[in-house]
Amino acid sequence: MTTVDQAVRDGIGTSPRRPDGTLKVKGEFAFSSDLWHEDMLWGATLRSPYPRARIRGIDLTAALALPGVYAVLTHEDVRGAKRYGLEIADQPVLAMGEVRYQGEPVAIVAADHPETARRAAGHIAVDYFELPPVTDPEEGELLRRVPVRTGDPHATADVVVTGEYEVGMQDQAFLGPESGLAVPAEDGGVELYVATQWLHVDQKQVAACLGLPAEKVRLSLSGVGGAFGAREDLSMQVHASMLALHTRRPVKMVYGREESFYGHVHRHPAKLRYEHGATSGGDLVYVRARIVLDGGAYASSSTAVAANAATLGIGPYEVPNVDMEASVYYTNNPPCGAMRGFGAVQACFAYESQMDKLAAALGMSPVEVRIRNAMTAGSRMPTGQVVEGPAPVASLLARVRARPAPPPSTLDLRELPGGVANTTHGEGVVRGVGYAIGIKNVAFSEGFDDYSTARVRLELIGGEPAVLVHTAAAEVGQGVVTVQAQIARTELGVERVTVATADTTVGSAGSSSASRQTYMTGGAVRAACQAVRATLLARVGGAGIVGGKVVNAAGLVVADLAEAIGDEPIEETVEWRHRPTYPIDPETGQGNAHVQYAFAAHRATVDVDVELGLVKVVEIATAQDVGKAVNPLAVEGQIQGVRHRGWGWH
Amino acid sequence: MRVNCTVNGEKRQADDVWPGESLLYVLRERLGLPGSKNACEQGECGSCTVYLDGTPVCSCLVAAGQAEGRDVVTVEGLEFGRVQEAFLSTGAVQCGFCTPGLVVAVHDLLARNERPSDPDIREALAGNLCRCTGYEKILDAVRLAAR
Repeated sequence: MTTVDQAVRDGIGTSPRRPDGTLKVKGEFAFSSDLWHEDMLWGATLRSPYPRARIRGIDLTAALALPGVYAVLTHEDVRGAKRYGLEIADQPVLAMGEVRYQGEPVAIVAADHPETARRAAGHIAVDYFELPPVTDPEEGELLRRVPVRTGDPHATADVVVTGEYEVGMQDQAFLGPESGLAVPAEDGGVELYVATQWLHVDQKQVAACLGLPAEKVRLSLSGVGGAFGAREDLSMQVHASMLALHTRRPVKMVYGREESFYGHVHRHPAKLRYEHGATSGGDLVYVRARIVLDGGAYASSSTAVAANAATLGIGPYEVPNVDMEASVYYTNNPPCGAMRGFGAVQACFAYESQMDKLAAALGMSPVEVRIRNAMTAGSRMPTGQVVEGPAPVASLLARVRARPAPPPSTLDLRELPGGVANTTHGEGVVRGVGYAIGIKNVAFSEGFDDYSTARVRLELIGGEPAVLVHTAAAEVGQGVVTVQAQIARTELGVERVTVATADTTVGSAGSSSASRQTYMTGGAVRAACQAVRATLLARVGGAGIVGGKVVNAAGLVVADLAEAIGDEPIEETVEWRHRPTYPIDPETGQGNAHVQYAFAAHRATVDVDVELGLVKVVEIATAQDVGKAVNPLAVEGQIQGVRHRGWGWH
Repeated sequence: MRVNCTVNGEKRQADDVWPGESLLYVLRERLGLPGSKNACEQGECGSCTVYLDGTPVCSCLVAAGQAEGRDVVTVEGLEFGRVQEAFLSTGAVQCGFCTPGLVVAVHDLLARNERPSDPDIREALAGNLCRCTGYEKILDAVRLAAR
């Protein structure tokens, strides 16, 4: 057993400044849309104006004739796999024969000015034959159905409430549009500088579509202007690479805002039908639910979203009898995939609306009925999985309830529903308070081989101990670069830590999604630091590193850290995995699908103009069990940011 | 066409400007100043905010030709001071794409109103969108910078 250095500055549990912060406030941080290369061309994409149509022909003549145009490419120019996808390779790089959603890429252009490229795209003549689109998921082709069944399917109860709920499509709308720079390399490969959530899953798909081995497609993370799930799928990566390889020139692509909405997946719209049964005392007896998700034109991560909706779809409650089915369908609507909450939040809206209805039917307070049925550590999910970690659901709810109520409205116009539109001076405005709780899985589920890789090097620079951490974890704003450095400082007792730019010269870190990077890449960095430390301590017979000294088991100094390192740097690379998960039974949904769970409780205080239906959110009090807060300020930032998104309009 | 203007105190000239280009495009792609950001390019998000003759504007809505002979100050031209410092210490920066526009907008707010109330701050920043922070730490930053 060795000790870590709790005294090191800016280690675990502190909130040091982001290493990229100063550049960002000065406007000097290089985002993916800021990249520039000598001789670079600009790419543009021609997209389908129809949700569904057959392509009878494409005439490139007029586009190619425009001065300044260097390339116009279609699916015929895709040298490798014609389709890609996160789970199922069903999405064409460029449309082949048929377009399946409005905005589907049909052709790409490279030109010497972005406006020239856009105009050339407008000169491509596509002969479409419109087909009737499928817009209702219940009329679409089934992509995945996930049943979860436990207990008695015919259970009856004293009090029954039913409800049908509908939640619409939502967009991540990160501020930094899809963008990047592809530079052709001398070996026939490509260097790709992009904003993404997962470099290695991009690399795999891009290489397959270009018909190149993975080592010839080298990705580096560029500055990422937000992600929220929308950068898990490919956007311009293959297109810019194709244009660069074709023209032998660097090619930059930057989507505009409108194009960005076409350029990434959205949150699945859902229809949710629920029936809750409870005893007259308020104990849940059963939940029956049918969730229909609109997957849009291509699969993206829909299959995993449906599994989340099904397995988390009754909420953080103990329910003995569950009959749940979540189904996702293909339609000709825009493709849907990952967005913060990933299947858990659509269901949350329905089951929490149901809990309010149930409380009203029982004549109980909405908080009491929730606390009465809240799961705890040791509870069993409807999948049969036992919740082994802490599940302080009732106490989170009690905490937000105990918060002092926000002060009454000041009647300042700017603080009233309708704001400076001057729709009320307080008349017709009433204040409402609502509660909700939610559950979400952390990291990837259903047997996915989920891991992260970290390379850590301890060496002397200018006579001082210094650590270099290298992973492929995508910093999307959440602060994973800061956190990696904090972990290395604490583990190795060295303040001077540099985190190298994420790229594909180190192994995969997995995705910056599913709330997993602090845990997974943080875990990998910690494990690599431990390996480095073990090598170092063995070298001089030490038991720990404290205050820049190597100490023995008795706490006595055996060597200066710098001496122990000497001119022999220590470097270790570790792949770190969370505990295994397992597929669920396709008929019953039984199985240990998830690694662990996170819980949140909210109390919303809202002023409503009951005459106009306008609202002003006065306050949302939130409590979450975050485990160990590696960086408290960053944790707050995550909670505040996602809470704001949960308002619905955001 | 050719555009001459003063940017961050220096006389600058951009050649071969297509008349449809925005001031934002000229700054980012022709003058090597990508600090002003291209988030919506339609005047909604405020990420491209710069001073034009002392008034904050969305540079995406200013045609390049309209900048002829005028004085432009971008985020890169602001002295590092209490505003930037407050954004860093309160955790108001996450992805940072909204940050340059907010820094300019807050710089302008505090020049006009040294002690803004919360409604004043919300009103002044109503034209700046942020997708990461939920705005709370941005409010903290403005309150701190105003202290």
